[in-house]
Amino acid sequence: MGEYTVQELTSIFAMQGFAGISLFSVLLLMALGLAIIFGQMGVINMAHGEFMAVGAYTTYLLSVISETYFPGFLQYYFLFAIIASFVIAGILGYLTEFILIRHLYKRPLDTLLATWGLSLIMQQTFRSIFGAREVSPTLPDWLMGSYQPTEEIYIPINGMFVLGLTALVTIGVYILMYRSNWGLAVRATTQNRVMSGAVGINTKKTDRLTFALGCGIAGIAGAAFTTIASTGPTLGTLYIVDTFMVVVFGGAASLFGTIASAFTIAQAQSILEFFISGSMAKVYTLLTLVIILMFRPEGLFSIKVRK
Amino acid sequence: MSKFKRRKFLGKTAALLSAMVAAGFISTSAMAMDATTTGQAVTDTTVTVGILHSLTGTMAISETGAQQAEKLAIKQINESGGILGRQIEIIQEDGASDWPTFAEKSRKLLAKDKVAAVFGCWTSASRKAALPVFEQENGLLYYPTFYEGLEQSHNVIYTGQEATQQILAGLDWVAKEKEAKTFYLIGSDYIWPRTSMKIARKHIENVLGGKVVGEDYKPLGNTQFGSTINKIRLKKPDVIYAAVVGGSNVAWFKQLKAAGITSDKQTLLTISVTEDEVLGIGGENLEGFYSIMKYFQSQNNPSNLEFVKEFKAMWGEDSVMGDVTQAAYLGPWLWKAAVERAGSFDVDKVVAESEKGDIELTAKAPEGYVKLHPNHHLWSKARVGQWNKDGQATVVFESELIEPNPFPAGYQ
Repeated sequence: MGEYTVQELTSIFAMQGFAGISLFSVLLLMALGLAIIFGQMGVINMAHGEFMAVGAYTTYLLSVISETYFPGFLQYYFLFAIIASFVIAGILGYLTEFILIRHLYKRPLDTLLATWGLSLIMQQTFRSIFGAREVSPTLPDWLMGSYQPTEEIYIPINGMFVLGLTALVTIGVYILMYRSNWGLAVRATTQNRVMSGAVGINTKKTDRLTFALGCGIAGIAGAAFTTIASTGPTLGTLYIVDTFMVVVFGGAASLFGTIASAFTIAQAQSILEFFISGSMAKVYTLLTLVIILMFRPEGLFSIKVRK
Repeated sequence: MSKFKRRKFLGKTAALLSAMVAAGFISTSAMAMDATTTGQAVTDTTVTVGILHSLTGTMAISETGAQQAEKLAIKQINESGGILGRQIEIIQEDGASDWPTFAEKSRKLLAKDKVAAVFGCWTSASRKAALPVFEQENGLLYYPTFYEGLEQSHNVIYTGQEATQQILAGLDWVAKEKEAKTFYLIGSDYIWPRTSMKIARKHIENVLGGKVVGEDYKPLGNTQFGSTINKIRLKKPDVIYAAVVGGSNVAWFKQLKAAGITSDKQTLLTISVTEDEVLGIGGENLEGFYSIMKYFQSQNNPSNLEFVKEFKAMWGEDSVMGDVTQAAYLGPWLWKAAVERAGSFDVDKVVAESEKGDIELTAKAPEGYVKLHPNHHLWSKARVGQWNKDGQATVVFESELIEPNPFPAGYQ
């Protein structure tokens, strides 16, 4: 490494650190919604990626609308797009639960098939409405470019934005799940549905809202990822595998497990990628996960529940 | 009815039936004899062709433009009187981004519909899946995508560039124009980028005397390029040479821009971005970077101005035309030229005419001029385009006409 100065190496080290943290925030944001749905309800939602696409397309629509009708609004629309994505994906999730999922609670494996079918239907719907080609929402200027604390360090602003958003959503989920009455009801329902019903919790309503919340968070993730990646009908398929990987590795029913798992995978992946080729980095990361899961099939963290 | 009578009755019926079948058989083959000798779907007034692209699934993004261009060319041919006095009818099938489906639909088009030619496929994987069917049924496929080469089938005409045509001239240009010595190669992890990079590396090291300082492959669909960008920053290459495809492409360019790697500080040359991809990436994220292709929508020649006008009239003002779209447009015209020379739709006769190596297109070649080589590929020029914010490229370099060489010696 003789050809590099100490300063250069420090800069690379700092930027590489941020790359890892940035990947961590992306993984966590896409896994949070699924962690709630899979962890709390046991529903394997294969259409999770498509709910992210709903968020991404909502952002695109708002970008087109503000570009055409309110050019002055273009710098701020993105914040509203995130909220709108949450609401629209949430409503769609609510309807999905009502029409499809609630009939399948006793058959968890069938939810896999049903939601996979749903994901195909949603993909083709996006394609019919928005066309097969990828679209590109116009992003506000303040989200582009990078922050330069020194001459050689570049920290991407969109990365910092996703990081901040992930922190907010995670804190929000934590408060909702562990510090509110509703969260108590959700966790009680998970642990013992019959007993929860007996003490007066409306378990059906709880299920519906939990599913809607999970889908809503997927919508937020989709909106946020328009800043770093593509928006197309099959966008969901880019994320679904990583998302399940994070949730399963973390331990299905644990929020902290999901956080720890996203952090571990992100760091392993980004450090390995720096030294070897991207494809091989993925292979080694997955291999390690498989080995760890062989010894800890319940994931990193798990709640001890009396079965 | 006695036993004897019944037997006689059955015998008579059987005789009658077999006579009817025989008569029917003779009459159908007599009908076919009238129009063509090869059992193809050709009548006195029409000829049927197939279009086989993905209309659904992940590849629909790329293949939409190709099938639109093919339909435009066929419409224009029909309006100018068709081929050998016959109007072209289209049977369109959906490959659904699934390679076995391409094989299955090819078989349907060739064996059941008896089409005279097929325009289709996009990825190498879909072509490789369909190829055995075309060879077995002796069909004819016009394949529009620029691809890795190393293939030459009796039953395929390749209207896009093979790898050396696209890659070598562009590398020569960047080495000379930008005095580039060091290169960083990055691509998605499958056959086309890997073969292309292999050719690029040999050319950089053996011919240009440059150095490859890094070579990196990302899984298809990868959306995180943070670590790769840092590696590139550390290596400080004169040129980033990229073949990232699909959704990854968008993430790659967005993250490059966010990391402050822009065209004023870094030369980037890509072989996987056409006007189609720019729609998803956003022109502002690509501004100033270079693509090597054989065609850009902005080319200013009469054939192209006409093509752009007609394409927009048929498919909407917002349409864009990329390299593959243009190559797909050449397919029906090349087929028309060969069929008219052969005076027949028979595949072997059409291929024999194509292999004479003197079929040319000028007026109907938006890229300017193409000539069909006996090795089933096209002579064409390589062009370097520099991207503008509006998603169009300015052509900054145009090579001489390059001979197609699908099996390049010294590059494998």
